[in-house]
Amino acid sequence: MLEVAALSKHFGGVRAVDELSLAVREGEVFGLIGPNGSGKSTTVNLICGVFPVTSGSITFAGEDITRLAAHRVLGAGIARTFQNIRLFGDLSVWQNLWVAQNSLDAKRSEGLISRWLGGARRGRAATEALLEFSGLGHRSGELARNLAFGEQRRLELARALAARPKMLLLDEPAAGMNAEEVGQLAERIKELKAGGITILLVEHVMELVMGVTDRIAVLNFGKKIAEGTPGEIQDNPAVREAYLGAA
Amino acid sequence: MDFYYGMAQLIGVHTLLGLSAYVVLLTGQVSMAQAGFFAIGAYLGGMLTVLSDWHIVPAMLLAAVATALVAAIVGFPALRVKGLMLVVATLAFGEAVRLFWFNFDYQVAKGDIQVGPLGGEGFKQIRFFPENGWTTGEVALFIWFWVVLVMLALWWMDRSRAGAVLRAVGEDELAAQSVGINLTSVKVAAMGAGGFIAGLGGAIYAHYTTHIEHSNFGVVLATFAIAYPILGGLSNVLGTLIAVIFIQGVLVEALRFLGDWRNLLFGALIVLAMNVRPDGLFDARVTRLLKRLLGFKADA
Repeated sequence: MLEVAALSKHFGGVRAVDELSLAVREGEVFGLIGPNGSGKSTTVNLICGVFPVTSGSITFAGEDITRLAAHRVLGAGIARTFQNIRLFGDLSVWQNLWVAQNSLDAKRSEGLISRWLGGARRGRAATEALLEFSGLGHRSGELARNLAFGEQRRLELARALAARPKMLLLDEPAAGMNAEEVGQLAERIKELKAGGITILLVEHVMELVMGVTDRIAVLNFGKKIAEGTPGEIQDNPAVREAYLGAA
Repeated sequence: MDFYYGMAQLIGVHTLLGLSAYVVLLTGQVSMAQAGFFAIGAYLGGMLTVLSDWHIVPAMLLAAVATALVAAIVGFPALRVKGLMLVVATLAFGEAVRLFWFNFDYQVAKGDIQVGPLGGEGFKQIRFFPENGWTTGEVALFIWFWVVLVMLALWWMDRSRAGAVLRAVGEDELAAQSVGINLTSVKVAAMGAGGFIAGLGGAIYAHYTTHIEHSNFGVVLATFAIAYPILGGLSNVLGTLIAVIFIQGVLVEALRFLGDWRNLLFGALIVLAMNVRPDGLFDARVTRLLKRLLGFKADA
């Protein structure tokens, strides 16, 4: 579904991502792990068009999205969340989802004006369902910045889902969560997978990664050092060395 | 009575100017070009009624549309830069517009006098209102008809998805892109809408003063334009109106005895206000309070 081929990103002399190749299959949860600064978030940002790539290519569902502008990546079917939550704090919970409803199937069939102004009726039912799914139904009118941390994380996930993407990129969604919240997040990811969404999960929290992913790739200094099932990765000596600094 | 009508006219026109900056400010852009747009609307509107003998309403609307086009065209290159660089770029554009009118001559004979813009001497004889026998009160009413119309349109826009999209861009451009919002088209649209409103206000201004010149549209006016929505806050359009009333109605009149020192005090007051109330004088909390005092049901 998502194919990254020989992808590189250099910031000055630093090779943040170095000849990285990945293939995420449709319907799977693919984990991307690695120590701090290993290039995980940069990879997500490259896929999403935040930075131009230095070399290599990114293909999604057969379409070359390597040089797609950031706002068009969603149209291709990829939505994301951010490592440090980036909600629209002064908008209400409802409005946060409303602006994100650049729904894929509505995009072509509707006129520019109605897409820009309206969508109130069309989106209302979908937004309400999404709020319920996220456990935020009672917070609909609240400003996003007044939400508790866990609620903000859930809202950001809901916002990414609002456009009904085919694939989700989750950039450290468990950061700052307690064990109970991580458990809920794992359930949510399994539900999304069951709903047919392909997921690329960038994460530090191992219990989450090992619990929900089908396959994992490990990065270190921008290079892929291992790839396999969670079991294979746990037993891989190169991975242990990267994480613990000793063989 | 004429004093109050004059006041009402001034406040009305400045409200349009402030609202033109409000729309652009919603997307997080501080534009110092609004006085330039205002000037374009003023000169074009005046030329249409004086030189082409148009009625004021179509003249205003055409001037506003033309200004919106200029604003959108300026928007493309200007919006590639952000923050302070955008302030400088838009300031430079505003000054360029002012200097254009400083050098622009286009006079035709009308009866036994020459009419039309005459460079540094300005554009005199924009006499649509007196020629058609409008009283000062009627002119004030006419102005406020347009002010109310624009405010209602913006109020409705604010509550539609478009308003949320503008604010989303103003808050976090990266997140806005990630939900599929095209930053360029949103910013250019906001700039165009702001240009339309400024052009409309400028055309009205030209007609009620009957005489405009380049120096009316300098940095001071540009500063006022952006100060209104900043002081008024971005909660809704009423903040801008209240800020205009506060500055033009209260400060300017009450501090008249200070003479030239008054302008210095403005600067100080704006700095003070932005420090004490960073979200504007009328932020969400004050708006809620006012709504409750006025008997509206406070909504979330």
